[in-house]
Amino acid sequence: MKPTDIHDPGYYHQVVDCQWACPAHTNVPEYIRLIAQGRFDDAYLVNRESNVFPAILGRTCDRPCEPACRRERIDGAPVAICRLKRVAADLRGDVSDRLPRAPEQQNGKRIACIGAGPASLTVANDLLPLGYAVTMFEQHNVGGGLMRTNIPAFRLPAAVLDEETQIILDMGVDIRYDTPINSMRAVLDEGFDAVFVGSGAPRGKELNLPGRWDEVGDSHIHIGIDWLQSIAFGHIESIGKQVLIIGVGNTAMDCCRSSRRLGGKDITVIARRPRGFFKASPWELEDAEEEQVEILVNHAPTRFVVEDGRLTGVEFDILEWDEGARHSTTVGAVTLPCSDVILAIGQENAFPWIEKDLGVEFGEWDVPVVDETTMESTLPGVFFGGDSAFGPKNIIWAVEHAHQAAMSIHQHCQGLPVAKRAPFGMNLLSTKMGLSQWSYANDYNPASRQKMDHVELTKRFAQLDVEVELGFSVEQTVREVQRCLNCDVQTAFEAPLCIECDACIDVCPVDCLTITANEDEPGLKLKAPRTNADQGLYISDPLPQTGRVMVKDENVCVHCGLCAERCPTAAWDMQKFDLIVPYAGRSLPIVAVTSNGARK
Amino acid sequence: MPSIVKPLIPLATLPRNDLGLTPRNYEGAMSTLCAGCGHDSVTAALMQALFELSIPPYKVAKLSGIGCSSKTTAYFAGEAHGFNSVHGRMPTIATGAIAANRELHYVGVSGDGDSLSIGLGHLAHAVRRNIRMLYVIDNNGVYGLTKGQFSASADIGSTSKKGEANAFAPIDPLMLALSIGATFVARGFSGDKERLVPILKAGLSHRGLALVDVISPCVQFNDHEGSTKSYLFVREHEVSATDFVEPRETIVAHVPDQGVLAVPMHDGSQMHFRAVPAGYDPTDRAAAMHYLQDRHAQGEVVTGLVYADEGVPDLHELSGTPEGPLAAVPFDRLCPGADELARLQDSFR
Ligand SMILES: Cc1cc2nc3c(=O)[nH]c(=O)nc-3n(C[C@H](O)[C@H](O)[C@H](O)COP(=O)(O)OP(=O)(O)OC[C@H]3O[C@@H](n4cnc5c(N)ncnc54)[C@H](O)[C@@H]3O)c2cc1C
Ligand SMILES: Cc1ncc(C[n+]2csc(CCOP(=O)(O)OP(=O)(O)O)c2C)c(N)n1
Ligand code: SF4
Ligand code: SF4
Ligand code: SF4
Ligand SMILES: [Mg+2]
Repeated sequence: MKPTDIHDPGYYHQVVDCQWACPAHTNVPEYIRLIAQGRFDDAYLVNRESNVFPAILGRTCDRPCEPACRRERIDGAPVAICRLKRVAADLRGDVSDRLPRAPEQQNGKRIACIGAGPASLTVANDLLPLGYAVTMFEQHNVGGGLMRTNIPAFRLPAAVLDEETQIILDMGVDIRYDTPINSMRAVLDEGFDAVFVGSGAPRGKELNLPGRWDEVGDSHIHIGIDWLQSIAFGHIESIGKQVLIIGVGNTAMDCCRSSRRLGGKDITVIARRPRGFFKASPWELEDAEEEQVEILVNHAPTRFVVEDGRLTGVEFDILEWDEGARHSTTVGAVTLPCSDVILAIGQENAFPWIEKDLGVEFGEWDVPVVDETTMESTLPGVFFGGDSAFGPKNIIWAVEHAHQAAMSIHQHCQGLPVAKRAPFGMNLLSTKMGLSQWSYANDYNPASRQKMDHVELTKRFAQLDVEVELGFSVEQTVREVQRCLNCDVQTAFEAPLCIECDACIDVCPVDCLTITANEDEPGLKLKAPRTNADQGLYISDPLPQTGRVMVKDENVCVHCGLCAERCPTAAWDMQKFDLIVPYAGRSLPIVAVTSNGARK
Repeated sequence: MPSIVKPLIPLATLPRNDLGLTPRNYEGAMSTLCAGCGHDSVTAALMQALFELSIPPYKVAKLSGIGCSSKTTAYFAGEAHGFNSVHGRMPTIATGAIAANRELHYVGVSGDGDSLSIGLGHLAHAVRRNIRMLYVIDNNGVYGLTKGQFSASADIGSTSKKGEANAFAPIDPLMLALSIGATFVARGFSGDKERLVPILKAGLSHRGLALVDVISPCVQFNDHEGSTKSYLFVREHEVSATDFVEPRETIVAHVPDQGVLAVPMHDGSQMHFRAVPAGYDPTDRAAAMHYLQDRHAQGEVVTGLVYADEGVPDLHELSGTPEGPLAAVPFDRLCPGADELARLQDSFR
């Protein structure tokens, strides 16, 4: 196999599983170490640089980093990355003087952002410090988007949301509340230098079954996201005793838990498919079930039962699924009584306000045609991001789209091609402090994942906005930070120094190193077979004495540094990898790479 | 000295042997030797051999003398019995232990200083008695522990770290052992576990004393240019007497027909030699000695299983001792009393 090019930042980036999985490339191990040192301000700012909303995301993030976490492959449970983010946010002091600021002098360019959700706010966050004038149009009288209107306050307290959105607005956004945009043409006519569409995916899907429109008077059939919004704005304060929620995604989880707080007693979430095929995140399911919400699987709604103009129940087919839950057969039918039904079966994009003759092309499902790298639409100067771009995703994707869109807008406004993008860079710095001394805690800690404590069931329903998760205690934090394997402290190898003594091979606690004849896979004979082809395989240059190669399977390396400690020639070194992520207006990253030790 | 103990990582993918043990069950304390010391690799090879043969660690007795090499018995099979004796006396202590309990697997680890200088006489008599043990010499050409003086295995003209040349003729433990009736002699290289592990496994299965001389570079005092025990020198001057397929494996099919010699072992398994030089016969003592001498004169280092003879009884067989360990013989039989003693003494009059 060809020797690995470790000067490509992509190689080591992939080793940092969490950072690789995070859409915004949050430097997780770095902020966890900072928390371990009690440097909460710094930990917060490391987060904010990439994900912009650490306190919000520390409570609500979809956390794609966690299933990717190396620790999961070691002891079965990932580091509680998201909870630790909240620790950094909760325990930070006043960081206001370290936040980005808009310059005195603007650069004369005007940007319109449609919507005041996380996507638009991130665009403003990235562009205001560069001197742009950002005008933001929001149909409601308050910002935050779905984070405000749909994520219930028992998961995300208003104060937390206010604080982090206000930081950006206070940088100098010209925010126009109560201003629904009804015509894109009108916006374009105002002569903005660029327009960012961050209007989300605002339409909840309907379920057009018999009986849907038969109710007389108040409807007891609700569209999940609209219903949650009505709660957020105080328009809805109660619900009937027997509630059926159709759908088993994250919206359904928020609906059932909200129902519980508004007076629902007998709450059932109805799933078409068996467990294991639910869309909801495992932790959201767990939290809902803790609140005694029942989940009923293999039921497909067929009819709303309306008697005397009043909803009394829903009729369902009972399904049986094949393995893999691809095909079902109906094996029976049942009517479940109810007072209310909440439909939580998905969201759609809707752009009735974008005129079809402007040059903004739309594809299937009314989704705009958007370049996945530049976030530009087919009309130059008009960019999309967040749920508006490719349909509903989540906050962290909205943030990442917006970073990319901001970079494009900056290029666009300078008359540069938007496709020409700054590359990723890296810094590699030795962590060696002395003989067997490192600037990070290299020992493996066998602590198990800490469980988040919740407010007691009896207390949490008292008010709609009692935050359920208590956050980690100091003790839990101290234990959890030790579980991080410092995947960013990389094993860096220099083949010319190696004398092939085997010391590193023998000491490695996970058998991930091999010295062997260079062959293409599967001929490559490894000390422990490779079980995860998604993980990097490092191949060195030929070794001086025998011409064999050093091979490292990155999969389960615990970054303990023992290979480097036992190497007599410092051919291995533990080097801290810093991914340099390009942002709008930041000068091109410098690549600085240190070499191994003195005995060269 | 590493800053941490090699952590126990609960990986589900660890291999298991017939006893259900993982290689990690064969580890001992963390090594305190210099980083890169060949001895640590020999330790790793020993762990591998014990693991692969599914020998329960508590059925192992580890014996050693004094030296960096002799320290290594602490670094494997933590659950095993062990005795770290005085300088050069490992074979003596081993003889006593083996006499008392023939049921354990004996692994002696010594150094070239320990075995070829102060302990030379003890080594010789253990070989003559053919006590059943694996006797490993971690051979680095120096007294590592006392900072790198030449040992008795240093070649004439090889230089110390400061550049001084050795003037005295070396003792080759294999030649010595062959000349006094050894039944199993082999040489390995710590930098080549692929061939060392099978040799150690064969040694652990041998009927009597299996002497394995392992060239094990002292990275601190004898890994320089001018040394004939350095990683580079061995790699450049190694010749194989034999290459062989390890015992207890039925992979005869993989062995080329030509030049293959099957030697049945005492425990019923077979050793399959692949004779590398044409006509090399690892059961011919005189030929083996000749070959060793010849190659050494060419400045080459002979590795491989040089000689084996499974036909010679070990000390217990020769002495007609009871089948079981003496430790398990009931006290009244072991010590039948004053009357029996008097009768015995009378019989000598
Ligand atoms: C019930 C529910 C729970 C969720 N929970 C989570 C969670 O826990 N974690 C997570 O990461 N994600 C969650 N999400 C998804 C997440 O909220 C969205 O992916 C994210 O908010 C998208 O951000 P955005 O900026 O693209 O759009 P939005 O947040 O939807 O913001 C769009 C904004 O634009 C405004 N707007 C729309 N059209 C116009 C117009 N024509 N004129 C003016 N203003 C307009 C809207 O009022 C809104 O304020 C959840 C979604 C729902 C529905
Ligand atoms: C009776 C006695 N004499 C001398 C010594 C000093 N001494 C300690 S180790 C050693 C030599 C060890 O050499 P070797 O067996 O080759 O081991 P290495 O350290 O090279 O592995 C000597 C002479 C001693 N410990 N005891
Ligand atoms: S840091 Fe080195 S010794 Fe530790 S697990 Fe990784 S490769 Fe193995
Ligand atoms: S410990 Fe160092 S010199 Fe020895 S094999 Fe490993 S990298 Fe090479
Ligand atoms: S001094 Fe030599 S023999 Fe002793 S531990 Fe160090 S390298 Fe090994
Ligand atoms: Mg020695």
